[in-house]
Amino acid sequence: MSNHKKIPNLNAPDISHSNDNTVEISRRTALKTIGASAGALAGMGAGAGALSGLIGSAHASDEPIRIGFQVHRTGIGAAYGRWYDRTTEAVVKKINSEGGINGRPIEIIAEDDGTDPKRGAEVVEKFATKHNCDVAFGTLFSHVVFGSAPRAGELAIPYFVVSEGHHVASGKLNRYTLQPGITDVKSQVEAMAPFINENLGKKVTMIFPDFAFGHDHRDYFTQAFEAVGGQVLEKIAIPPTETSFSKYFPKIPRETEVIYHVMVGPAVLTFVKELGEFFGPSRPEIFGFIDSLEAVDLASPGLEFLDGTYFWEGNPRYAQEGQSEFDKAYREAVGVDENGASISDAKDVSTYAHMFGCWETLHVVKAGMEASDYSGPADRQKLIEAVEAMTEMPHSLEHPQGAKLFNGKTHQVFGHQYISKMTDGKLVLAHTTSIEDTLYEDEVDYTSMSF
Amino acid sequence: MNQAIRSSLLHGAVIVILAAMFFVLPEYHSGNLARILVLALFAMGYNVLFGYTGLLSLGHALFFASGMYGLGLSILFLQASPLLALVIGLISSVIVSAVIGFLALRTTGVAFMIVTLMFAQAGYLTVLFFGKYTRGDEGFVIQRAQRIFFGIDLSQPLPRYFAALALFAMGLCLIAWLVHSRVGKTLIAIRENEERARMIGYDVQFHKLLAVIISGTLSGAAGAAYALLFGYAGASFAAVQYSILPLLYVLLGGAGTTIGPLIGTVFMFYLIDISSEYTNAYLLIAGLVLILLTLFAPQGIAGLLRKKLSWLP
Amino acid sequence: MEFGPHLFIASLEGAITAAVLALTAVGLSIVFGIMRVVNVAHGEFFMLGAVLAWWITSLIAGHPALGFGVALVAAPIVVGAIAVLCNRLVLNKINYEPERTIVATIGLLYVIQQTTLMTFGPEARPVEAPFNKRIALPWFEFGESGFALTWPWGLSTTTYKLAVIVAAILILLILWLVLTRTKIGLIMRATQLDSEMAQAHGIAVNKVYAMVFGLGAALAALGAVLVVPIQQAHYLMGGDPLLLSFIVVIIGGLGSVLGTVVAAVLIGMSDGIISVFFTPTLAKILATLLVAFVLIFKPDGLFGRRRE
Repeated sequence: MSNHKKIPNLNAPDISHSNDNTVEISRRTALKTIGASAGALAGMGAGAGALSGLIGSAHASDEPIRIGFQVHRTGIGAAYGRWYDRTTEAVVKKINSEGGINGRPIEIIAEDDGTDPKRGAEVVEKFATKHNCDVAFGTLFSHVVFGSAPRAGELAIPYFVVSEGHHVASGKLNRYTLQPGITDVKSQVEAMAPFINENLGKKVTMIFPDFAFGHDHRDYFTQAFEAVGGQVLEKIAIPPTETSFSKYFPKIPRETEVIYHVMVGPAVLTFVKELGEFFGPSRPEIFGFIDSLEAVDLASPGLEFLDGTYFWEGNPRYAQEGQSEFDKAYREAVGVDENGASISDAKDVSTYAHMFGCWETLHVVKAGMEASDYSGPADRQKLIEAVEAMTEMPHSLEHPQGAKLFNGKTHQVFGHQYISKMTDGKLVLAHTTSIEDTLYEDEVDYTSMSF
Repeated sequence: MNQAIRSSLLHGAVIVILAAMFFVLPEYHSGNLARILVLALFAMGYNVLFGYTGLLSLGHALFFASGMYGLGLSILFLQASPLLALVIGLISSVIVSAVIGFLALRTTGVAFMIVTLMFAQAGYLTVLFFGKYTRGDEGFVIQRAQRIFFGIDLSQPLPRYFAALALFAMGLCLIAWLVHSRVGKTLIAIRENEERARMIGYDVQFHKLLAVIISGTLSGAAGAAYALLFGYAGASFAAVQYSILPLLYVLLGGAGTTIGPLIGTVFMFYLIDISSEYTNAYLLIAGLVLILLTLFAPQGIAGLLRKKLSWLP
Repeated sequence: MEFGPHLFIASLEGAITAAVLALTAVGLSIVFGIMRVVNVAHGEFFMLGAVLAWWITSLIAGHPALGFGVALVAAPIVVGAIAVLCNRLVLNKINYEPERTIVATIGLLYVIQQTTLMTFGPEARPVEAPFNKRIALPWFEFGESGFALTWPWGLSTTTYKLAVIVAAILILLILWLVLTRTKIGLIMRATQLDSEMAQAHGIAVNKVYAMVFGLGAALAALGAVLVVPIQQAHYLMGGDPLLLSFIVVIIGGLGSVLGTVVAAVLIGMSDGIISVFFTPTLAKILATLLVAFVLIFKPDGLFGRRRE
């Protein structure tokens, strides 16, 4: 992700990384990785993880646990997909080096879904009926989740999504679909309302994509903001096909105190730049979701304008003062530097606010499989019940983003949200919400549904 | 053997073989085949307009989506039974194709392509605009309980497969019959030479409209079937790539042949499915194959076969 | 914002859209008009122009204008050469048959897109403008004290955006001169009117086709280089320009370069102006339907001649 123009790297290492299957965890290389980590294990001898691994493999089969990884390698989600890929690679390496799950190594079977719901459903079907995967995992874009979840339910394959959509907790999906590794948009948005009201202003204009995702922001934020006494003056929904934005900005009412923006897709940079050009020196307060600038270098031309504005971050991109040891270890394992970029290329910026979900989700899968003594697809229901039984997940290397609270009834996890202020081109943590701030009433009880 | 019997035998055989496939193929492939049959129905619908009438539309996603949303929304908001919803889906695609046909047929050639493209694009944006009901790009799930058709659970592999096959077979029979009917012969005459067809005394405009409606309704049936059998409706199915896909299927399989659309759909589906297992660059492979096909098999795959079997319908 | 300034800013944005659209569409128009083929990969040539501009500017240190200047010349040439190669390897071999050309160029589209994804990556990458200053714009009003100039909140544009409009007008003028006043232009027009006759008069039609296809792609790339400091280079960015230029060419009337330019202005401006009156998505729907109805009532386009 070399946004900076000084770097002549059309063939830089990051690029071969993202597209070359041999570097990614395709089936073939996953096997190699597993072989290597098994070798490392044998050499280690001591260590609790290694021991349990060896004992485990003595009675359990050596067959790997097969996890189907639905990944956005092409299409509109490709920039996210590539970091989901890297994070997954890192977490699998970690878990396997600690002895795998129930003594069995994880094997990742990754396939591109083209960020398309139809292809997504086909890929899930492939995981279940062709590759005999134990579980499916990894989807980000919510339309792909919606397209794929019915098939996962029908094929009775647990489907762990990492999408931050409200779809799971809304009750629209099924018992086989869970989101235990990333919080959902409703809780994120609702937790922002008090902060904006107290610190930035009472009159807000929202700018969001005319997508279901944007509508969730519109509806949940408006509701929460009015509940704390604020007012949403105008809601500007931008059609997703749009590439220039200046013509919409005059719709922002003059008395606006805070602009709330959340945009996705390749045109986000244009959006922010044009917003800056529109307001010039006299801008209102601005609060944005980092989705607007995920995987974008904050040093890109035109973004200076954002200095002093606030962002929601799922997980702080820049290593903060007093960074936890867990974040440090996680960062290192995935290969991200203290600025949130790839270690090998400072301009290759990660999707740090989302990708931790892959890391945490696979740890939940591991914990669930261990708790249910999972031995094969026949135990899938036991696995889901074991995950449903989970509640508190402490801040740890397994959950480096922070402590979490899982709601088994809604299949959704809740956690801390971070608000950062852009200061001298970096995001500096300004506020951390409590988990309580993010809770809302259950909308569904999946545990009462049959399998 | 005369041609009509030959063609009936061929189509009968195709349907029987497809039915047998379910029991022969492993689960993964029979699941794919169910999908392919629905998409092939879409392509067959497209072929009525493109292959037989000679009108190239770039807006068939709109017809597919009108069937899909006609069925999906009536289940979601009216709690319609699958049968009623299917009928509503079909009716909505008849209405949409009649209106679009009436307007767009004032144009021909490239202008027809653009007008259909524009209407489809407006349709796609309309789905987003009414996001409150459609949930826009994200779409909505049609739950398993709502997909039980006279006690048959359409989410199960066997009923799903045979429901898809039944629809496909109906489409195939309809088209096989149409081709030999007077209407079909008129359509082909229009394709070959519109001016001449008009001079002979055919009502060209009426027949073209009829072709749009038949084509649009078959496409709508495919859209409704997709939502019903796979439990999901979303705006991506109304987007422009779903207007391009049936054109590709038909051109690859062989335009103006009855089984060409099926062949093209199978080919394209497995081209992507197999190549994506080996590389992320499966679109590169798909692109190269498309180019090679146009270079070496200009009449599509069925066109190649036809060279050997001249009686192929 | 007040109605007047709002309309003004929307029109200005419309004019920028129109300028870039005119450049991109004129390329397609020439290809379409002279070779009578629909080049579905046209948008990908646009995308390649933007991506190459990013690459070239990232290689050249120093003032942003330096790299941008090189990109402005080099990117169209490289893209034109790639197009000539595609023409030679594929289109020429299938004799420019309309339907085969559509499938073949869809194939090209996939190949170019995927190759870009594999080398350039999935991110949107910015190119710094050679110059970019925000200018606040004045507005007039008749208040109690008579005519007065005011500086409304938000009414502004940038020097670069204005330069894009000027550059597009200049390039189109040059193109028009080439087409109407030079021998090359004459040969192109002769080929457009009757390729067989042209062949009989000793014009190497194949060479003309190669040149036309290359020129069309180069113009698309040129439009992209101009627009990339405003938008960003992204491997999926070709879809929109393709659709829009396709529309513009048909609305303008096949093969009429003037019609294409007029249609680009019409569509760009209406896109901007309609956005003033409706919510954004509704505005897009209406702008799209407008195109459909223009064609329904004028099937040969605004400047089209009925040809048999």
